Amino acid sequence: MAKYLLLKHYRGAPAPVNDVPMDRWTPEEVDAHMAYMRDFAARLEGTGEFVDGQALSPEGTFVRYDGEGRPPVTDGPFAETKDLVAGWMVIDVDSYERAVELAGELSAAPGAGGRPIHEWLELRPFLTEPPTVTE
Amino acid sequence: MDETLVRTLIPAVLTVLVRRGADFAAAEDAVQEALAEALRTWPGQPPRDPKGWLVTVAWRRFLDATRSETSRRRREELLDAEPGPGAVSSTDDTLRLYFLCAHPSLSPSSAVALTLRAVGGLTTRQIAQAHLVPEATMAQRISRAKRTVAGVRFTEPGDVATVLHVLYLVFNEGYSGDVDLAAEAIRLTRELARAVDHPEVAGLLALELLHHARRAARTDAHGALVPLAEQDRSRWDTALVTEGVAILQGALARDRLGPFQAQAAIAALHADAPSAAETDWVQVVEWYDELVELTGSPVARLNRAVAVGEADGGPAGLAALAGLDPGLPRYVAVCAHLHEKAGDLATAAALYAEAARRATSTAERDHLVKQAARLNG
Repeated sequence: MAKYLLLKHYRGAPAPVNDVPMDRWTPEEVDAHMAYMRDFAARLEGTGEFVDGQALSPEGTFVRYDGEGRPPVTDGPFAETKDLVAGWMVIDVDSYERAVELAGELSAAPGAGGRPIHEWLELRPFLTEPPTVTE
Repeated sequence: MDETLVRTLIPAVLTVLVRRGADFAAAEDAVQEALAEALRTWPGQPPRDPKGWLVTVAWRRFLDATRSETSRRRREELLDAEPGPGAVSSTDDTLRLYFLCAHPSLSPSSAVALTLRAVGGLTTRQIAQAHLVPEATMAQRISRAKRTVAGVRFTEPGDVATVLHVLYLVFNEGYSGDVDLAAEAIRLTRELARAVDHPEVAGLLALELLHHARRAARTDAHGALVPLAEQDRSRWDTALVTEGVAILQGALARDRLGPFQAQAAIAALHADAPSAAETDWVQVVEWYDELVELTGSPVARLNRAVAVGEADGGPAGLAALAGLDPGLPRYVAVCAHLHEKAGDLATAAALYAEAARRATSTAERDHLVKQAARLNG
């Protein structure tokens, strides 16, 4: 099994095909979208492929060390220019092909007009423990 | 109380229930409940006949679980059919359980989970922890696996190769988490070797023991990977090496070579060498030739190129890479190593850096970054 992170972006990913901002959808369309995401996670739990998933606030802050005895420097948010991660889901699947298949399904969540958003999801493999047998 | 010892009884108890007419999934649940009760009560009241105790309790649990009118009728029939006490174990039955849990209709991860649960007797929580997934997810994976094999007749033996493949996967899951899956794989392979006389079962057991013997030396105090050439060989477990070599020799003497025996032979040559430089690399190459012949595996050919590099120098190793897909796992790392051996340090450094970007594990990535830094420094 291999774990993959599915990353959903507020901004920074290529534009989805059905590119209507969520605040322009009808409330029913928003509900349908949320239900799809919930069902998707529940279905993956049923197949034994779900690990975890969370939504993230769009507002984030950059923080860095500013030298001995001084408080850390904070900056941002950079909503205009930065890549923004909207949420993530971790799956544990038998193959890369299965991971792509599931990301494709998640990208088909309904959006404006009840049609799939066709949004771009980033798929990133986890680094793992090395196998026992290497040489 | 020795928990591992108790768990060795699981396959036999499970097969008794199935033979008495319980379906596999219900029997498996009942056995797990009996196991939990054993762990609770045995420290205070150890039974005289542990297996008999487990069979009795598991059977009662199974009967309790079948409560509806229909199943009550079935229960009465089953009670009538219940055999008397007496010897309940049979190696054939245990073997069938291994085959069932490695059934080709299961995905590799499902087969691994079901084997750990039904043959290994691990709890769902232990298996989930070892795989770093939620318990609910692992519970679903296991119950789906049980449903998948529910219709499989318990009487037909399967293919030993599928069982060995699953045990090898378990072994390679390694050491993370509470449960040592490598040790668990060795335990299950030992049990299998007792139940079936097959040179490749012995080959896998030897391979596992020989790799396990080097375990303490494979990582440093901070968990970083130590390559074979730099390992402190005094930390290798000589008792495991001796056992692994003896098992391998017994298997090879039967003249039915298979991939696991060939890999064990390579591991034995490493275990036998006082240092990396003094390894019999020519013989290692010959065993890789056998392995390539047996499997046609590109990974075997890649590893063979490393051995050729040691036996005949970097350029020969690079020549042995010809025709292999550069997209293979570890191809770039091998290429970097062989360029370094051939004296082309600049190319090697660039390739180590690229290999680090492509690494699939943190330990491997850290090791490769250090290799690049060493050559660039």
